[in-house]
Amino acid sequence: MLSPYRVLDLAGEMGLMCGKALGDLGADVIKVERPGGDAARNIGPFYHDELDPEKSLFWFALNTSKRSITLDIETKDGREIFRRLVKKADFVVESFAPGYLDKVGLGYKDLEKVNPGVIMVSITPFGQSGPYRDFKTADIVAWALGGEMAPYGDADRPPIHFSYHSQAYLHAGLDGAQGAVTALWHRYATGEGQQIDVSVQESVVQCLEHITAMWDMRHVIQKRTEELRMGAAHRTRQIWPCKDGYVSWSHGGNSVLAPSLPLIKWMETEGYTNDFIKSFNWDRPDFMAIPQNEMDMIEEPTGRFFLAHTKAELLDGAVKHNALLYPVATTDDMFQNVQLEAREFWIDIEHPELGETIRYPGAFTHTTAVRPKISRRAPLIGEHNIEIYEGELGMSRRELVMLKQAGVI
Amino acid sequence: MTKKLLEGIRILDFTWHMTGPIATKHFSDLGAEVIILESKRRPGWRRGPPRSSSTDQNCTSKLSITVNTRDPRGLELAKRLVAKSDVVVENFAGGAMKRMGLGYDVLRQIKPDLIMLSTSMQGQTGPYSNHPGSGHKLTALAGFSAILGWPDRPPAWIAAYTDFIAPRYAILGIMAALEYRRRTGQGQYLDMSQLENALQFMGPLILDYAVNKRVANRMGNKSEYAAPHNAYRCRGEDRWCAIAVFTDDEWQSLCRVIGKPEMANDPRFVTLLARKANEAELDQIVNAWTGSRTAEEVMTLMQAAGVPAGVAETGEDLVEHDPQLRHRHTFQELEYPGVGKYRSFTGTHFLMSKYEVQMAPAPLMGAHNAYVFKELLGMPDAEYDALVKEGVID
Repeated sequence: MLSPYRVLDLAGEMGLMCGKALGDLGADVIKVERPGGDAARNIGPFYHDELDPEKSLFWFALNTSKRSITLDIETKDGREIFRRLVKKADFVVESFAPGYLDKVGLGYKDLEKVNPGVIMVSITPFGQSGPYRDFKTADIVAWALGGEMAPYGDADRPPIHFSYHSQAYLHAGLDGAQGAVTALWHRYATGEGQQIDVSVQESVVQCLEHITAMWDMRHVIQKRTEELRMGAAHRTRQIWPCKDGYVSWSHGGNSVLAPSLPLIKWMETEGYTNDFIKSFNWDRPDFMAIPQNEMDMIEEPTGRFFLAHTKAELLDGAVKHNALLYPVATTDDMFQNVQLEAREFWIDIEHPELGETIRYPGAFTHTTAVRPKISRRAPLIGEHNIEIYEGELGMSRRELVMLKQAGVI
Repeated sequence: MTKKLLEGIRILDFTWHMTGPIATKHFSDLGAEVIILESKRRPGWRRGPPRSSSTDQNCTSKLSITVNTRDPRGLELAKRLVAKSDVVVENFAGGAMKRMGLGYDVLRQIKPDLIMLSTSMQGQTGPYSNHPGSGHKLTALAGFSAILGWPDRPPAWIAAYTDFIAPRYAILGIMAALEYRRRTGQGQYLDMSQLENALQFMGPLILDYAVNKRVANRMGNKSEYAAPHNAYRCRGEDRWCAIAVFTDDEWQSLCRVIGKPEMANDPRFVTLLARKANEAELDQIVNAWTGSRTAEEVMTLMQAAGVPAGVAETGEDLVEHDPQLRHRHTFQELEYPGVGKYRSFTGTHFLMSKYEVQMAPAPLMGAHNAYVFKELLGMPDAEYDALVKEGVID
């Protein structure tokens, strides 16, 4: 869908998802890496634990559909070459500290002179200006300051955040991609490019369900108590153990989003019930008001039912019985999911230099037009130097040899 | 008045909760005419009086009409509006629009270059497509619950997390489809599965299993290559500050800030490997220092010394106190005439250097019936009055 457009992707860890999303949508994304390769290539996990910047699975996952050149933009030659590239580019994506690109002469104001239509997407911890502009971040810091941490986790331990790679940076990257295409629409109306200013903190704020509205309207702060349903007279369990793991389920009576009855009926067919459940009026409108001892009587056979079933049985049965539960899938469950298989979600990408094909999450949407897709595996360091510098910028091999020795490329 | 960025784009919005309305909010806050189609007879629980439901937040700058689509004449009105729209968005359970007689196959006959987006739990095709669900549970199926929480306890719960991944792909998909239509004149049908959206955010861990057969598990607040790395208890009721130390420089700075410069070279902590090996002890030392200070003070002292740190902000912190969010106008004050003021975050997830977002409050139910039916569809007064009387426009 975005095939006529070119992206120069200077972004590090914080902004890699932006270029991937645009690239999977068909844009020509050129990853511009420092000589030796981007620092994010050192983030794990690694292919068979081989500690090689060419074998980071983190890098693989977030740099599909990109080509790569190496360039030291802090050198005069590097800067000059980058400006030449900008002339033919629609987007520049970057995640340097605010002010850094201005200092090396490649800020938005400089690039606008080279190409007035260029759209610069800047992804930083807190944005281009403001009192926290120069604060440092990390995923856990962004998660905390974005408000997605305080309400979650067990009450007797610290608030919690997702393990492994940063979720916050992925949200910010997608927000940058939205900004890029939005600015493109503006460009058609006005002819001008502009700078899109993404703050990772704000991207996390955009993940809050009703945390801020509850404060604004009722001055209520959501507390960190796993099993409490806001406003109910009882606690409702959310995550339950099952035979081979866990399942996510909550009893909500006749609520639209958590109706109990389909599961109750399914449980009854297998004998998991009690007298209280049999005589309970599942249509009662005041389900939120039932006391804890009644909820306990509903939850007791439910817990036994889950313990007797595997995740796979629960997923299958949930669909069959229209019960709104899902098992807590682990990464080894994903490839067994028959729905993902039926929709041909997984895509096998060849890595010739590894002599292997690796299974990736595929397109983020189906469409009747041009389906997004991974057009190529993540690039090797500077894999497309010759193709782009020689083939597109018309530089000579002799010049490239000189620049290589000078450490520019 | 300057032209709004998406002025001239009209979206007919059948969405009802979370992913759908959050996605169309991007468009309404940027000036597209987003018409939400509701029914007073069946308002749905997401709808309440002003200042009481998610509609306040997620339907800013939209228009509202009320139509009974169970009446064939109501369905006809919806179709007449499709003919005047650029985009149709819905987030019912898979297959529901088709059963209502409003599937893409029908609508494209009415408007050949229509862009239609369906976003559901698991997509419109496949054996699980009709399964209704919510992001609260899908967060488990997409693998997120398994990597959230303490290794010695069951997974933690984080509300409808995937409902905040899906709208981002929906926004991006519609914007890209509008651009594609501008260029080629062609519309399209986008069939999004929230599960497939969400798995994009699991990429590195899925590859880890695909290649190394390693199954990701939760590890509390630990990082594999940083320590200290946790939320630390501060003064006050349930106040916390996250601190993350990745480099030796950050470690030395932290030791100076907490008044123990000599600890920087303590063999228990001098290297990253040592800090990871003695992390529990390290967490105790940091907690002993943070416990007598406010979270804000901890953050400010750490950041001034170049150590990444941030208050675990509550709704109150975000809306009332955070100076950075205030600087960026992340929350804007809106007013329901005669009812009162409230604050909502902006539908755009970014700032633009050459355009400023202007928001209007969410519409009251049916507030734009007269405009939409009389002006937009050119319906004569007599017909409009009759449809209102007969409850088709309810």
